[in-house]
Amino acid sequence: MIIKMLDFVGEYAENKDIARRLRIKEIMPALLDGEAVVLDFGGVSGATQSFIHALIVMPMREFGDKFFELVKFKNCSSTIKQVVQIVSEYTQEGMAIEG
Amino acid sequence: MKITFSNVDQLKSFNYFLSTNDLSDSSKLRIISETNWMNIHPACISFAAALAAEIGKEKTHIDVQNERAAMYLDRMGLYEFTSDVCHVEYTQHEETGRFIPVTRIKTEAEQSRFITDLHPVLHLTVEQSETIKYVLGELIRNVIEHSEAKNGAFVTVQYVAVKQKLSIGICDTGIGLRASLERYHMPVDDLDAIKLALMPGVSGTTARSGGTGDNAGAGLYIVKSIVKMTRNYFVVYSGDSAYKMHKYDKRVKYGPRLNEDPFMDKHTAYDNLPSFGGTLIGLDMNLGNTEEFSKTLEKIKVSYSQAIRARKARHYKEIKFE
Repeated sequence: MIIKMLDFVGEYAENKDIARRLRIKEIMPALLDGEAVVLDFGGVSGATQSFIHALIVMPMREFGDKFFELVKFKNCSSTIKQVVQIVSEYTQEGMAIEG
Repeated sequence: MKITFSNVDQLKSFNYFLSTNDLSDSSKLRIISETNWMNIHPACISFAAALAAEIGKEKTHIDVQNERAAMYLDRMGLYEFTSDVCHVEYTQHEETGRFIPVTRIKTEAEQSRFITDLHPVLHLTVEQSETIKYVLGELIRNVIEHSEAKNGAFVTVQYVAVKQKLSIGICDTGIGLRASLERYHMPVDDLDAIKLALMPGVSGTTARSGGTGDNAGAGLYIVKSIVKMTRNYFVVYSGDSAYKMHKYDKRVKYGPRLNEDPFMDKHTAYDNLPSFGGTLIGLDMNLGNTEEFSKTLEKIKVSYSQAIRARKARHYKEIKFE
């Protein structure tokens, strides 16, 4: 499944309602079915940490290693890459705390 | 209530502005200025507008005799929140590229529209507007999601193009930081609540370090870090307390060190200020290009991970030796 983020968020990804909706209606069901998900940020200039958090933290926590196997980020600007990495790293650090 | 504007109400001396206000009688609001010229931060405008909206137009009055001061408050949109009309006739120059008058935002959809319109309104390129979109996206969302403010967020922006400097004020009259955090944390007072709100991984929606699937508790920490990296002031006022992070003057190659604990930053903390039920945030920042913003985020990523690891180490169980 390819999710073209531009179609949902416009040129800047900050609306958490949209992130939540994509997570619940698209990403989680696809991962449950073992389907690969491509989050294509082509045309999106930036994203807030809150947006990315609402989009991927729950699937990361629930699917663990499977999330990293199945979810790919495509056409990310340098700032989106940094924000995704911030969220990914603090989430994994947090998961390590909880054991 | 009485709000007094002066000619020194920038963030450097923001405690002066906060301490001169009288918030005791909430049945009416008087906004005054007795100086010949005003030099005020957008946070002052957002603060006055938020209180005016809470009290109501009919009970809010602007008592400013100086013509330039009245014109300024009119251009910044403050008269819209009162029943008064600016008494000065003047030619309204195009505001595009210089400021965004105080704007009320109540929903995520309104937030998205406001952020989409930012760069054309401020005459910024898409690259230049990355940082401000990020900062406003996080701050406005915080209000909508956590403040329980029925009137929403009041946002004012000023841009000085020659210095590439942006000043932002955002205010709400919601429950304040202490009440918001008390649901899952135990701030001992308003100042402690401000400290917790600025720490990474502390969310008002859970006691769990790292937050829930919807909230990380990272927004204010990252915004404060962006301000620190661009060497500017950052102020939070809630309850009877305020925190001011000082401008980091020293220029070093890799920028200032980012601290998990806001009290480790060069700062001043104030208590015993006039008690304010909501939350006010004021900040200045310089616009860089996308590459600079990306480097700032890289540094925040490293500091955030270090903060989480340090917290993790504090959770290790201790071995008992005999």
